Amino acid sequence: MTISDRLGLADRLRALDDRRVQLVTRPRQWWNGLPKPVQWVAFGAFAVLLVLLPILDPPILSTPDSDFPTVLFIVGVYCLAALGLNIVVGLAGLLDLGYVGFYAVGAYSVAVFGSPSSQLATAYPWLVCVPIAIALAMVAGVVLGAPTLRLRGDYLAIVTLGFGEIVRLTALNSGVLGGAAGISDVPAPPGELADGSRLFGVIDAKPYYWLALGLIFVIVAASRNLERSRVGRAWLAIREDEDAAELMGVPTFKFKLWAFAMGAAVGGLAGAVFAGQQGFINPESFIIQLSILFLAAVVVGGAGNRLGVVVGAILVAYLPERFRELAEYRILVFGLALIVMSVFRPQGLLPSRRRAVELAARQDQVEAGVNV
Amino acid sequence: MLLEISDLVVAYGRIQALHGISLTVSEGEVVTLIGANGAGKSTTMRAISGLRPVSRGSIRFDGQDLTHVRADLRVVRGISQAPEGRGIFPGMTVMENLEMGTYARRDRGNFRADLDRVFGLFPRLQERRTQVAGTMSGGEQQMLTIGRALMARPRLLLLDEPSMGLAPKLIQQIFSIIREINTQGTTVLLVEQNAQQALSVADRAYILETGSIVKEGTGRELLGDPAIKEAYLGVA
Repeated sequence: MTISDRLGLADRLRALDDRRVQLVTRPRQWWNGLPKPVQWVAFGAFAVLLVLLPILDPPILSTPDSDFPTVLFIVGVYCLAALGLNIVVGLAGLLDLGYVGFYAVGAYSVAVFGSPSSQLATAYPWLVCVPIAIALAMVAGVVLGAPTLRLRGDYLAIVTLGFGEIVRLTALNSGVLGGAAGISDVPAPPGELADGSRLFGVIDAKPYYWLALGLIFVIVAASRNLERSRVGRAWLAIREDEDAAELMGVPTFKFKLWAFAMGAAVGGLAGAVFAGQQGFINPESFIIQLSILFLAAVVVGGAGNRLGVVVGAILVAYLPERFRELAEYRILVFGLALIVMSVFRPQGLLPSRRRAVELAARQDQVEAGVNV
Repeated sequence: MLLEISDLVVAYGRIQALHGISLTVSEGEVVTLIGANGAGKSTTMRAISGLRPVSRGSIRFDGQDLTHVRADLRVVRGISQAPEGRGIFPGMTVMENLEMGTYARRDRGNFRADLDRVFGLFPRLQERRTQVAGTMSGGEQQMLTIGRALMARPRLLLLDEPSMGLAPKLIQQIFSIIREINTQGTTVLLVEQNAQQALSVADRAYILETGSIVKEGTGRELLGDPAIKEAYLGVA
């Protein structure tokens, strides 16, 4: 019997937790209880609102110190990356601290193959570069995963942390990748306006935001299907108990590798979109902090829950832009917020129902002294 | 011979956990492996199911060499293990856990029949079908690991300490269910610390001490063995 048990603290905490769970499940039940057409109309209205957001430029949401559509685009890129990382961390339960590496591979693929001023000078259009970026990111995922996915938990995290840095340092020291100077003239997505000017230009970020938004919808739908498939079930089993999954006949290594590859593909896509909008990239854009921010988005939002992850990405990417006037203090506030979160709500703001139970079960095992 | 283990050595780094053990299980038997904490019981189980690589020796199943076959493929061949302790999927419901049991199976046709069999053995699981497994009691979770292993339709069922941490009444119940599973035609290899119960249910038994098999015999023989009585049954 622990001290907290004796004080009745455990019971009180549990009651508090039940209430929290209800706060999450009640809106969900309410939504699921609505008739299908109502759901579609509500969803459609919400989607239209999202599309109109940069045009409406609502006063409180708008960012006074930076261009609002550009901020929205960056938020969108973070959402994409977080959704990809969620496949690895949230669904398969593999801690990846070097996710920025895949994002960088995607961005550099577009720059190297698409820019006329890169050493390769192939100058492929953006649309050709994107599949290359996704493919190379997947290859990077397999290359990183094949030797390391036999490691578990913290060990895997450390190796992946190294991977992110290796990618950045390779870019920094390699001539083909532009070195410290980076690569400019990165191609933008195609399309022309009626007046002959480019749809994806340098001044107006709105089309980029819409592109990111569209891709988010696609990735959300795809990862939803993936989660409900046999692959998703295998990931879930691996995340909950890897040994038990193996004993059920799940080829765990193969599926972990798949999770890495799928996550990497989405990360590569996010990087490709980012590079297209920036027009110029250098190693500075792919520092380790970005990995941590992506992971923070997943964990703060609620690993394993797509909606939560998107909310997390919005918070992580948007809040620092909104409160730019606080200058460097915003990083301090952000760090504090993360600590508070991890103490009071380790499962994230909008946790997946399963993850909440898993966390509780693990807590029980620790208290019971069972080997986890 | 359904399962034939010869001269099995398993090591964790430089420390040997099993020093060359040999044992056999015939079709239709209940065989138990008894030993104290740290004797190497669970290591033996993990080696048979493929979770732990083998340093030396061989594992043969149904005449075929399994020593270096991947764990997930061993399930397809007909070996299914109920892991020790709370080896369930805590965030899945009871039904989802049981469905995971069929993951390796190619024939989905008789899912219903297998489910009925499991619910017949463990009516409690039927009552708790939709409950999230992590919120069940220790005994119910134990039942679920066994039921889930049965859903794979194994030829050989490996049970790793099914009585661990359970109330005496529940232990009795679990062991009579093990008997029942065996009479329904499944061969069982049972690892236990609870020697009394395990020996009464087993056709044959092996005693494992610090990585070596020190004694073997029928369950009844060993129950009557004075040395065993003293060491494992708590009677002088």
